[in-house]
Amino acid sequence: MAHATAEHSHAHEAHESHESLKVLGFWIFIVTDILIFGTLFACYAVLHTHTNGGPGAKELFEMPGVIAETFILLTSSFTSGLAVLAMHKGKVKQLIAWLAVTAVLGAAFIGMELTEFVKLVEEGHKISSNAFLSAFYTLVGTHGLHVSIGLVWMIGLMIQLSRRGVTEVTTRKVTNLSLYWHFLDVIWIFVFTVVYLMGVM
Amino acid sequence: MWENIKDFASTFFVTGDPLIYGADVSIALTSIAIVFVLTYFKKWTWLWREWITTVDHKRIGIMYLIASLLMLFRGGVDALLMRTQLALPNMKFLQADHYNAVFTTHGTIMILFMAMPMMFALFNLVVPLQLGARDVAYPFLNSLSFWLFLMGAMLFNLSFVIGGSPDAGWLSYPPLSELSHSPGVGENFYIWGIQISGIGSLATGINFLVTILKMRAPGMKMMKMPLFSWSVLSSSIIIIFAFPILTVTLALLFLDRFLGAHFFTMDLGGNPMMYVNLIWMWGHPEVYIVVLPAFGIFSEVVATFSKKKIFGYNSMVFSMMLISIVSFFTWAHHFFTMGASANVNVFFAISTMVIGIPTGVKIFNWLFTMFRGRITITQPMLWTLGFIPCFAVGGATGVMLAVAPADYQYHNSYFLIAHFHQVLIGGVVFGYLAGIYYWWPKVFGFKLNDRLGKWAFWLWNIGFYVCFMPQYALGFMGMTRRLYTYGSDTGWDLGWAPLNLISTVGAFLMGLGFIFQVWQISYSIRKGERDLTGDPWGGRTLEWSIPSPAPMYNFAVEPQVTTDDAWWKVKEDRAKGIKPAPVKYEPIHMPKNSAIPFVMSVCWFIAGFGFVFDWMWMAIPGLIGVAICLLARSFSYDTDYYIPVDEIERTEAALRGRTV
Repeated sequence: MAHATAEHSHAHEAHESHESLKVLGFWIFIVTDILIFGTLFACYAVLHTHTNGGPGAKELFEMPGVIAETFILLTSSFTSGLAVLAMHKGKVKQLIAWLAVTAVLGAAFIGMELTEFVKLVEEGHKISSNAFLSAFYTLVGTHGLHVSIGLVWMIGLMIQLSRRGVTEVTTRKVTNLSLYWHFLDVIWIFVFTVVYLMGVM
Repeated sequence: MWENIKDFASTFFVTGDPLIYGADVSIALTSIAIVFVLTYFKKWTWLWREWITTVDHKRIGIMYLIASLLMLFRGGVDALLMRTQLALPNMKFLQADHYNAVFTTHGTIMILFMAMPMMFALFNLVVPLQLGARDVAYPFLNSLSFWLFLMGAMLFNLSFVIGGSPDAGWLSYPPLSELSHSPGVGENFYIWGIQISGIGSLATGINFLVTILKMRAPGMKMMKMPLFSWSVLSSSIIIIFAFPILTVTLALLFLDRFLGAHFFTMDLGGNPMMYVNLIWMWGHPEVYIVVLPAFGIFSEVVATFSKKKIFGYNSMVFSMMLISIVSFFTWAHHFFTMGASANVNVFFAISTMVIGIPTGVKIFNWLFTMFRGRITITQPMLWTLGFIPCFAVGGATGVMLAVAPADYQYHNSYFLIAHFHQVLIGGVVFGYLAGIYYWWPKVFGFKLNDRLGKWAFWLWNIGFYVCFMPQYALGFMGMTRRLYTYGSDTGWDLGWAPLNLISTVGAFLMGLGFIFQVWQISYSIRKGERDLTGDPWGGRTLEWSIPSPAPMYNFAVEPQVTTDDAWWKVKEDRAKGIKPAPVKYEPIHMPKNSAIPFVMSVCWFIAGFGFVFDWMWMAIPGLIGVAICLLARSFSYDTDYYIPVDEIERTEAALRGRTV
């Protein structure tokens, strides 16, 4: 009996340390993702004046929509934080509900961004129009792609949570997801500042 | 209908050159032979269960090793084709465009599909054993890394027979690599081949960083860690910071070609020099990624075969970490002639010279380790001794190139070619070969034949100097790189031809050296000296404390470490009659095999192939397949198991029984 318990606790310990290992790995993944965005920002900084005579940031961007997007994404970051708080209290339903709110806000953000892109393209400002627009669509689009992937991940996780509840494994997964979501929020702050605010200034 | 098919086939398959038809036939025959052998000996399930789905770092390491040796062969054949073409003036062996393709694939394959996987092979085969760990931090991710690398490499190599090879140089500078100048699919193969394998490399960097930080045996403080593991740590850090830049750079080039974006085009505001900056921000750190582990190998080999502790452990660690930082501040020395201001060039000239200092420190440390040591000249030691003078000269010519004003003379000449081959062959290849010879008995349980190995070493070493020393002179004489032929006037009157001919002879000597190594391996598999002790060289680090080859769980009991050279300490204690603590086994936590890495990588291959040919009907399902694999992994919870104590006892009794 004592042996069995020892064995169990050993297994338990190994498992738990393995989960924390995965959180560490995810932090390092985020470092690499920061570098991806850093490179894209650098390209944007180099190319943002290369409009080849076409309209620049000042003429193209409409701030009200972008400000709304920003507030939606910031709110979703807050709700994902509430989800983590619910998780630490062990309240699965609350956790899933806050994740759902986060996902809806994320989807709204993506919807608005897509609308903005479609409008620009319809007006004839395409990725192939000039270097400034290439850099703009790629930087902002990469962020949007990240958010979209996050949405799929979030839905998958909600299903897992509803089946398995709060376990060590699902805790680690929610932790990583919320890390990812906050990280995308930080990136967006930079996008908002560098691309939009400094663009229209 | 028939006309359409014929039309399609003539653009889809590469046609027109007897060399390519030869390759077609040999690829077809080899594939048929492999399928036949596997079917005849009923090995398909074995292949699937034991290799394709494995998450064991030792097996993944072996697969990396095999793949890298195959790529060394392909890259080497490319090299010999080039040297044959250049042997004499006005040679008609290769056409100009074929020559362009050959030098492009030679460079890309040697760096990305030979050096990188050979390095990852050694990471996988050695690091967990050296740390006293049971596996890497993320075994599943490790398997995914391997399969992504392999699929990327296959995609790249496929371009030889399907669609056409890339031919814009190993770094694909725009505007030459843009759609306007390279309308074929070759550059797409380049982009996707590297992109897919690059994701795998990045994941390996993360994996080994965490493994080294978190999976060391109890008591092994960072400063008690073997130097090879330190070198892997520094290399992994560079991977983590450099590879994302490559990912973005290739993605942007792809957007230029695929969606008509204007990052690097000549028109509509694009900036080709931005590509050159970006690719070298990855490319320069990349050469330190591959050379640092070689430094780690030499440190292990020199200490073992001098029967001494490594001289200057702390300075070794410090210099490697310094190199990993400074390597990010030297990239512009690849294009001093770009026209940046003198101040910019001065910064990069000085940083390039500065990075030579820690490297010099290491050379002195190796020499001082040998000083008054009891040196035995084994094969790994031979390669190490070949490396030191070779790398010293290569480093010196590097410092010559770093002098920005003088570089205007050397830039893109054969002087440069000779320099980087000297550091890459003399440093990286010699280093990895030393590592392969050193750890081979640990991995396979037998030593590689000494006599054949010595032949191989001398052919490589002499061949190297015969091949590349004349190229320094050719550079001074004005011969530029990527030149596919030269006239008999320059050839004979200016004296290019004799030097080129000598260089070609040297290249073939190295080729002969490789053949000796193939012979050596196939001979030693049958007749090589078996390693029954687990410690054939009198090693100092933990990998030598377990049987060869290591059991699947590596260490039956977690080793307790108190000093550096942990295994040496144990052996000293035993000699003093100090008995080791009695062994008590506990169940071992192991990851389960998984098919997802392989399937996901195949999906990436399909998606990549679709993007290469602009076939969305193929690319999109491929990407969907990738997404499904990711979700499938996320939803699988039954991913590990325990090896029970009695099974460990049985395995250990069988393995250790042999040694008594």
